[in-house]
Amino acid sequence: MTQDIDAARGTDRATPALDSDEILRYARHLLLPDVGIDGQRKLKGSRVLLIGAGGLGSPSSLYLAAAGVGTLGIVDFDVVDTTNLQRQIVHGTSTIGHRKVDSARDRLHDLNPHVHVETYDTPFRANNAEEIAQDYDVIVDGTDNFGTRYLTNDVSVLLGKPNVYGSIFRFEGQASVFATEDGPCYRCLFPTPPPPGMVPSCAEGGVLGVLPGLIGTIQATETIKLLLGIGTTLAGRLLLINTLDMQFRTVKVQKDPACPACGTRTITHLEEYEEYCGIPGQPSHNSDTTVQANSDDITPQELAAKIQRGDDFDFIDVREPQELSIASIPGARLIPLGSFESAIPTLSPAREIVVMCRSGARSGAAVQALRSLGYTRARNLMGGILAWSDDVDPTVIKY
Amino acid sequence: MSVTVNLPTILAKFADNSRAIEADAAGAATVGGLVAQLAERYPALGPRLRDHGGQPYPFVTFYLNDDDIRFSGGFDAAVHDGDEVTIVPAIAGG
Repeated sequence: MTQDIDAARGTDRATPALDSDEILRYARHLLLPDVGIDGQRKLKGSRVLLIGAGGLGSPSSLYLAAAGVGTLGIVDFDVVDTTNLQRQIVHGTSTIGHRKVDSARDRLHDLNPHVHVETYDTPFRANNAEEIAQDYDVIVDGTDNFGTRYLTNDVSVLLGKPNVYGSIFRFEGQASVFATEDGPCYRCLFPTPPPPGMVPSCAEGGVLGVLPGLIGTIQATETIKLLLGIGTTLAGRLLLINTLDMQFRTVKVQKDPACPACGTRTITHLEEYEEYCGIPGQPSHNSDTTVQANSDDITPQELAAKIQRGDDFDFIDVREPQELSIASIPGARLIPLGSFESAIPTLSPAREIVVMCRSGARSGAAVQALRSLGYTRARNLMGGILAWSDDVDPTVIKY
Repeated sequence: MSVTVNLPTILAKFADNSRAIEADAAGAATVGGLVAQLAERYPALGPRLRDHGGQPYPFVTFYLNDDDIRFSGGFDAAVHDGDEVTIVPAIAGG
């Protein structure tokens, strides 16, 4: 099932000529019967939008730039952080603290100065998604949260642009091509996202650094095939990769006639999906989660004062054991969120309970569970250990 | 009657870290029956596979061999000897 982007772009699609430097640079492409000079000119006339310049966007943008895709748009509002460099290889030690879009643009220009890079240093939101995406041929989903994934899917369907999907968690990845003319979309595969807290983010769950390299390069491959109209893409199939067992398998993704995006088309405009990725409310210290503000929640300073005074309360850490070796707050009892529910009976509803995690998202879910069971004195440490590091003890490592 | 159930790592931890479970589906003629059997065998896994009403979640897709069971009766989809059930949860990392 291939889809030639020519159709979507109309008959006046630009196939700009290649100069002598470009002919030399792309020589190994020009030798390929399925690419050749015409294909390379098609790539030069193509515009690809990458949502996210992180783990997936790094390898996909590098390979798409190297391949000579003429215009790459990059949307990301984040800055380069040391913890990114284990996998986000478009960035470097020299660009820590720089805007990710700037860091990526400079690296891509160094790799291939013929590529035009358009940067969008902003969150991809319902109010700007259509405007940003409308001038591109293909959209590459390299986001790190459910909210932006559903938004990316819906804008792709609305604008009729293929959505090259990739997603990763720990040692496993998924890739597909959605929103082609007759193909299924992300909502056909997963009609709705999980509730906040049910699936940990990479920041909480960890990810093998090379995994986005595998999935991101598959996304780049599918993008090039779509642009050139060659081969058989992953449209209608979901590729599942398990790096621990090194198993690759594909399963079918069927177009759902009842899908509100691509089936019944009842989704006619974009809405904010922010609540999917965490919880409605204020942004946390990290871009991957948001935390719900609650008047009963406790700030790091308040917690420090309580500990200092020797107040009597239960202090629970709902992170995973391996996170303790990176950073911890003394005195907290470890009950990982996965086993939290079964541990609730060991806690007293009469006592004050402070719950913490890395960013405040998982502990927020734990506190909600406690309150729903009548533990009215349960409190969430706002911003988690990241905020503790910022506001109380800077020697605690932020990860 | 033997059916292989493939679990992703994120769910394997609720099943003694087994990523592939050989289930005897003699008493479970459907995917739903198989899930009920797994939930009994691994109590922590059950709530990850089905909601309180015993139905699949929209964010965990069950494949019977290569096909999404949503299009073949959901949990009522019949399983046969040698079938493979692959459970694919939504993941969002990038």
